[in-house]
Amino acid sequence: MTMRGICKYFPGVRALEKVDFTLRAGEVHALVGENGAGKSTLIKVLTGVYGKDAGEITMEGKAISPSSPLEAMKCGISTVYQEVNLCPNLTVAENIFIGREPKKAGRIDWKTINRRAAELLATLNLNIDVTKTLDSYSVAVQQMIAIARAVDVDAKVLILDEPTSSLDEEETQRLFDVVRKLKAQGLGIVFVSHFLDQIYELCDQVTVLRNGELIGEYEVAALPRVELISKMIGKELGDIQSMGKNENFGTDEILIEADGISAFGRIQDFDLQIHKGEVVGFAGLLGSGRTETAELLSGVAKPEKGTLRMSGKDVHFASPLDAMQHKIGFCPEDRKIQGIIGDLTVRENIIIGLQAKKGMWNHISMKEQEKIADQYIKLLQIKVSSPEQLIRNLSGGNQQKAIIARWLVTQPDLLILDEPTRGIDIGTKTEIQKMVIQLAREQHMSIIFISSEIDEMTRTCTRLVVLRDRRKVAELTGADINSDKVMSAIAGGV
Amino acid sequence: MEKLKKITSNHLFLPLFALCLLLVFNAFATPGFFTIEFQNGQLFGRIIDILNRASILVILSMGMTFVIATGGIDISQGSVIAISGAVCCYLIGGNGDGTANMPLPVACLVAVLVCAVCGVWNGFLVSKLKIQPMVATLILMTAGRGIAMLITEGQNITVYYKPFTYIGGSLPGSPLPTTIYIAAIMVLFVVFIQKKTSVGLFVQAVGINSNAARRTGLKVSAIIFMVYVFSGVCAGIAGLMESSMIAAADPNNAGLNMEMDAILSVALGGTLLSGGKFYVGGSIIGAITIQTMTTTLYALGVSSEQLPVYKALVVILICLLQSEKFKNILEKRAVEKAVKQG
Repeated sequence: MTMRGICKYFPGVRALEKVDFTLRAGEVHALVGENGAGKSTLIKVLTGVYGKDAGEITMEGKAISPSSPLEAMKCGISTVYQEVNLCPNLTVAENIFIGREPKKAGRIDWKTINRRAAELLATLNLNIDVTKTLDSYSVAVQQMIAIARAVDVDAKVLILDEPTSSLDEEETQRLFDVVRKLKAQGLGIVFVSHFLDQIYELCDQVTVLRNGELIGEYEVAALPRVELISKMIGKELGDIQSMGKNENFGTDEILIEADGISAFGRIQDFDLQIHKGEVVGFAGLLGSGRTETAELLSGVAKPEKGTLRMSGKDVHFASPLDAMQHKIGFCPEDRKIQGIIGDLTVRENIIIGLQAKKGMWNHISMKEQEKIADQYIKLLQIKVSSPEQLIRNLSGGNQQKAIIARWLVTQPDLLILDEPTRGIDIGTKTEIQKMVIQLAREQHMSIIFISSEIDEMTRTCTRLVVLRDRRKVAELTGADINSDKVMSAIAGGV
Repeated sequence: MEKLKKITSNHLFLPLFALCLLLVFNAFATPGFFTIEFQNGQLFGRIIDILNRASILVILSMGMTFVIATGGIDISQGSVIAISGAVCCYLIGGNGDGTANMPLPVACLVAVLVCAVCGVWNGFLVSKLKIQPMVATLILMTAGRGIAMLITEGQNITVYYKPFTYIGGSLPGSPLPTTIYIAAIMVLFVVFIQKKTSVGLFVQAVGINSNAARRTGLKVSAIIFMVYVFSGVCAGIAGLMESSMIAAADPNNAGLNMEMDAILSVALGGTLLSGGKFYVGGSIIGAITIQTMTTTLYALGVSSEQLPVYKALVVILICLLQSEKFKNILEKRAVEKAVKQG
């Protein structure tokens, strides 16, 4: 299958400019690029979600132009999206055959459905009960069921869009086995991922996009990792490597102190002292209590036991607003659901935190709002066409910057950043890390930095709190902050 | 073409366009539609009539706009209108000699306060108990007329106290009906709130993403509570106007189905019923448009029983024009046509 000179324009944006993409049978082809590079647009053009403005797509020599996902599927192009889009309340077999049930005498032939579903999954080394509902299986298994469904419709091309983002290491390996098996069967597989390790492990070819343009197609084995990254972000890697570690340990003054705070299902007996101007990391697996603890510190949830003290006085936060009045800001993990207010403009999204703090009747004048928005858009280098652009039309990284700006405007003493770099490109990630260190050093802001990427934490944090199973299990400082130590603490080997 | 698109995509386009269409139609179909006469120090004419009746709907639709912007709905407005009229008329009393049991301003104030309490009840159900707005306000919608009936002891109270009729009619010496002044004051109040406070921003934020709004420090339930109280107050004021026009409290028929007209006005004004961005200006013009349509249809001899059919047609039209799918189809057609013509 080939795509030649694909162009796609959105109002005011050039999403794709003359992009070529070639996929051969029996190959796993990675599609990489930063956020906003055009990966998803290319996929959507290929699967008929968007029409293309120029260019052509050929499949086995014949020109095709799918105008809907269904048509694309008929041409042999199947897609498995990041979020599994099956019906959790139906059985596995129903999910696989939904919409194309084999019939017998006008009625659905359940026997055949169940038998064929089991056979199909067995070819992917998946032996599960196909009559159970989908939600009784893990996300990884659901993902494979989605793949099974995609492949069963006579697919020649299988597109996997960020398939591993919600899988753990072992599940990822299982998925990879399936992908290799399909590859051996002669399918062409497009693999979209942010994880470079996985690309090097699994893929044969890689196509790099940047700003909607094709940078090139390379053989994975012949392309050193550093070079791949620099092609993706368009600058040399020295910048990232030279960043070095944060050597700034903050002052002696204690800003906030948690004494044995507990809340059921969140965290047990958590003690912590945060000094002015230090960057404290919360490390641990998803569900270890990182986010939950941050929510207790920021008034999103209330602790059942224990006390919080700020400058010697007990404080109780009944709401996020309470915490904001005590100069605590919490930039949440899920940008889309908890962070941005999509249909408001960037300006409104930036000033709304300060406005909430000031109260509804104490209106910030339009002039003042524009001044603040301009200032922070410049400061954080948020890419917008105008401050009046709707925030939902920004790329993930720029949305994140705008949300961080919202909190910076409120001038907090303690800023909690929960996964501030998730799902955004490497360039912006580095910028955010630099900014964190800078805020702590120059403005003596205390920062709690939560991330799943240990490298990021070891670079930015001067103290690391390790959590496991909703308990604090270790606190690392200085030379102890390195990947090995952190990993073994998370795993419980300390 | 670009310019045309810009004009048609403005949220005020649809209600203004509909209004112009109605006015043009009337210019031909209804003789003397635009004539305004000056008699005995008062202005008379169909336009004045429309504005007089529309004032009620304008006030209702402003209250409704804020509620809808938070993602809610208030279908109890019509019943609250009945309560307002009942309270006011009960307090003034149906004395045959034209006296009042209680000063008019006090009676009006108490009536509006009672309606504010109705709003408090709705707000409590929605913001604190998290009951779906449709169901929560349905309670008062059904119970409200019963409450009004209890207040009037099952009777229609006719008020003979002359000043009471000034609210829905005209003050002595005023060229325009009082309703228009009241509506204008309410509009100015809302404009002030929009310009000088952050109510608009906060209400929109709650309607778009209440989870994020809470985390940003907004008092989400207080904001939701507030819009229902405001809606109640609006219905209260509208109820005074409505009952003053007939100089009586009519628990069964006062404000009947008015909430639907209010919702229609809001939708016509470009505010999506799913909440979020809202346009008070659109709702106001929407309200005037709906009233013009009602008056036009009556003038054409359509009976009040048939009226809902025509309103339904308008609803269908609005829904079509607001639907993305329908817009896409129209655009595709236009493009194809342009291509054919070269």
